[in-house]
Amino acid sequence: MSAGAAVVERPSVDLAWFRRKQLRALAVVVAAVLVFQGCSMICNFSLAYAITSIPAAFVWMFQNFIPTAESFQYFSIIIEQTVSTALDSVAATVIAAVVGIVLAVLGSSSIGVEFAPVRAVIRAVASVFRNIPMIAWALLLLLSFKQNEFTGFLALFLTTFGQLTRFFLDTFDEIPGGPIEALRATGASYWQIVFQAGIPLAVADLMSWMLYMVETNIRSATLIGLLTGTGIGFVFNLYYTSFRYDTAGLVIIVTIVFVLVIEAVSNKARRSMI
Amino acid sequence: MESVRLTEGAAATVERDVLGKIRLTSSSNRNVSVQVTLVVLVALTVVTFLRMGYGTVDLVQATRQALADFWAMMAQPALDPPYGAGHFTWETVLESAVITLAITAITTVISGIVSFFLALAASENLSSPAVSNVVKGVVAIIRSIPTILWVLVFTVAIGLGSEAAVLGISFHSIAYLTKSYSESFEEIDAGVIEALRASGASFWQVVFQAIVPATITKIISWTFIRLEINFTNAVAVGAFAGAGGIGFQLYQAGSRYYNLHEVGVIVYVCLVAAFVLEFVSVRLRRRYILND
Amino acid sequence: MDTSTQLLVVTGLGKAYQTRNGDKGQRALRDVDFTAEPGELITVIGPSGAGKSTFLRCINRLIEPTDGTVTFCGQDITHLSRGQLRPVHRQIAMIFQNYNLVYRLTAIQNVLHGRLGYKNVLAGSLGLYTEEEKIHAFELLDEVGLGEFAYRRADQLSGGQKQRVGIARALMQEPKIMLCDEPIASLDPKSSRMVMEQLRRLSRSRGITCIVNLHQVDFALEFSDRIVGLRAGEKVFDGSPAECTPDVIRGIYEGDAEAMVDVAVGVEKNGQVATPVAAAMGEAR
Repeated sequence: MSAGAAVVERPSVDLAWFRRKQLRALAVVVAAVLVFQGCSMICNFSLAYAITSIPAAFVWMFQNFIPTAESFQYFSIIIEQTVSTALDSVAATVIAAVVGIVLAVLGSSSIGVEFAPVRAVIRAVASVFRNIPMIAWALLLLLSFKQNEFTGFLALFLTTFGQLTRFFLDTFDEIPGGPIEALRATGASYWQIVFQAGIPLAVADLMSWMLYMVETNIRSATLIGLLTGTGIGFVFNLYYTSFRYDTAGLVIIVTIVFVLVIEAVSNKARRSMI
Repeated sequence: MESVRLTEGAAATVERDVLGKIRLTSSSNRNVSVQVTLVVLVALTVVTFLRMGYGTVDLVQATRQALADFWAMMAQPALDPPYGAGHFTWETVLESAVITLAITAITTVISGIVSFFLALAASENLSSPAVSNVVKGVVAIIRSIPTILWVLVFTVAIGLGSEAAVLGISFHSIAYLTKSYSESFEEIDAGVIEALRASGASFWQVVFQAIVPATITKIISWTFIRLEINFTNAVAVGAFAGAGGIGFQLYQAGSRYYNLHEVGVIVYVCLVAAFVLEFVSVRLRRRYILND
Repeated sequence: MDTSTQLLVVTGLGKAYQTRNGDKGQRALRDVDFTAEPGELITVIGPSGAGKSTFLRCINRLIEPTDGTVTFCGQDITHLSRGQLRPVHRQIAMIFQNYNLVYRLTAIQNVLHGRLGYKNVLAGSLGLYTEEEKIHAFELLDEVGLGEFAYRRADQLSGGQKQRVGIARALMQEPKIMLCDEPIASLDPKSSRMVMEQLRRLSRSRGITCIVNLHQVDFALEFSDRIVGLRAGEKVFDGSPAECTPDVIRGIYEGDAEAMVDVAVGVEKNGQVATPVAAAMGEAR
C-alpha cells in the first residue's frame, strides 16, 4: 500500500514529500472509487438511478405528504403515540444507565476492579449486547412477550444498555488519574473513591451521553415500534400502508417537532452542567 | 459559637442549612442542573411504567421463555437440523452479509463526500451566516427523521431495492456527518484561515491547504464511527427496503420461520461483521492519529 | 539506631519497572537508604527521570517497590495489604504538582476528602461529615488563607489557591508526614514562595515531616533542613544545605545541561529569589 510506504520513509526532500502526499491522496480516491464500484455490483446499486430519482422522490413527497384537514382528525392519536415513543426512550435510557453505570465503574481502567479478567468480561458483555441487531432483540422478545409496548421497551432497553455501557466505560477511562491517586493517598476506600472522585469527575459526560441516548432512542424506537405495533413506527406504517399519505406526513412532521424540541432541551441542560 | 476560631471573612462565608448544619456547597451559586435533569428523567420513567401497555401475557412466564429463547439463540446457533430447520444455507447467509456490508460501504462513501461539501457551507468560519444557518437548519430537520421512515418513504417513491436502502440510510448519515464535520471545521484557529486568505489564496486553496490537513484525523474518525452506525442501520432496515441483506434473513428467520437457532447463526454473523468493522475502524483511527 | 523509635526508615529501596515481555526493565530506583525525623523539611533534588517521583510514591506504596523495606513509626509497611494500608495512608499525606483536586467539587469538599481515611465506607462515599470535621476543614482553609473561597468550585481557583487547598486537604488527615511531589512546579514564583513558606511553617509548628521533590535548587537551598540528591535512581547526596555546594549540585545534575543553567543561576543568587529560569524549568516539566 502506498500509504504505508509513505509513512515508513522519512521525508528528506520537500518536493518528494509533497509528491508522495499527492500520490497518497490519489491512492485513497482510487481505492474509494474501486470499493464503491465493487459494492455497487454486489448489491445491484445504480448510482445514476439513485441520483436521478431523488428529485422525483421529493416531488412525490411534497405532493403526497402535505397534511390535509382530514388528517388532523388523527392528530390526538399521533401525539399520543409520539409521546409514548418518547417516554419509552427515556425509560429505556434511565434503566439502562442504572445498570450501565455499575458495570462501567467496575470495568473501567481508571476506577475499575483490580482483577483484569472481570474488566475484560464486562467489556465483552457490553460489546456483544451493543452489536446484537435490534431486530433480533425485537423478534426474540415478540415470541414471549407478544406484541405490546412493554416488548418494545425491553428491546430498546437491551440495545441501549450495551451502547450506554460502552459510552460510560469510555468516559470513566478518560477521567484524570490525579484526583483518584490523591484520594487513594488519603486512605480512602474503593467505594469512597468511586463516589467522591470517580462520579463527580465523570458526571457531566455521563449525563451528556444519557441525553444523547434519549435522542437517538426516539429514532430506534420508531423501528422497534414497527415490529411491536406501538408508537411512531406503528402509526406511520399504519397510515402509510393504507395509502393515507397525508396522515403519514403529519406523523413525520410531529416527529420532527418532537425530536427538535427534545434536542433543544437536552442541549440546554447539557450546557448548564459543565 | 464553634466558628469563633475563624477569621471574620471566613466566618461570614460559612452557610448553614435549615437544621443549622454547615453546608458544603453555597446555596446561591451551586449548580443543580445535574440533579434537576436526573429528577426529571426518573420522574418520566415512573410515568412511563405507569401508563405502559403490558399486554396480556404473564410477565414471569414470558421472562422465563425469553431467557430460554435467548439461550437457544446464543448457545445453540445452527442452520441444519436438529436445531436449525434448513431454511438457510451458509452461502445465503454469508452472501446476504456481504450485500449488507456493500450497502454500508456505499452509504458511507456517498454521505462522506456529500457531507464534506455541506459541512463547508455549514461552518460559520467558512461560509456566510445566512448559508450556514440554512444548511444547519435543514440538516437538523433531516437528522430528526428516523432512518427507517426515510427508507419506507423511498421504497414507495422510487421502488423497492438497494437504491431505496442506500438513499434512506444516506439521508440520516449525511445529516450526522455534516454536523460532525462542520463542528471540526469550526474548531480551526481563525488565524490560520485569515493568514492564507491574506496571502491571496482562493477558497478552495484554503480548504485543501488548511482545512483538510488540519481536520483530516477528525474527519476520518467521524467517518469510521458512522461506518459502524451505518452497518447497524443497514441490518435494521434490511427487512423493509427490499434490498435483501442480512437484516432481511434475520427477519425471515425470526418472523416467518420462528427458528431462534437460525436467528442465532445470523446474529453471530452480524456480531463478527460488527467486530471486524470496529477493529478496522479503531486501527485506522489510531494509525492516522498517531501519524499526524 | 533502633528503627522502632524513628518516624520513617527506608532501607535498600528499589523499583524496577516491568517491561512488556516480563523481564525486569529499567530500574527507576536503586538501593536507597533514607531516614526522616519529626518536623524535618527534606527536599529531594535531581534531574528529570532521576526517580524522585517514584521514590515518594514508593514510601506510601502508591507505587509498589520491588526491593527494600519502608518502616513507618516502627511498623514495616512494605507488605501490608490494601486494607491494612489504610490507617498508614491517613498518616502520610500527599500533595501533587497538578493539585489533583476533584475540580467539580467545592474547595471545602476537597479539603474534607482528607477525612475519608477515617470514615466508614458509607458516610465517606455519601460525603456525610460531622460538624466538627466541617469546622476543622473551615479552619484549615482559613489557615491557608482561603476561608472566603470555601464554596468556590475547585476549577475556579488559581493554581496557587488550588495548591493551598491541596495542603489543607493534606492537613485534614492530621498526618505525621507530608509527601510533596513537585508542589511548586506549575506555579509562578510568588505562589511558589508562598507554598514553600507554608510547608516550612507546618513542619516547624506542627512537627509534620515534609519530604519535598523539587526542581528548583534555589528553593531547596533556601527552605530545607536537609537535602537529598538523586541521580539515575541512586542517592548521591544527603546533607544540610550548607554542605550542598555548587560542586555537589553539579555532581547531582551531571549530564543534564538544561538543569545546569538553572543550578548556576540559582546558586549565584544564593536562593534569594526564584529565578525566571527556575520557574520556566518547572513549567517545562
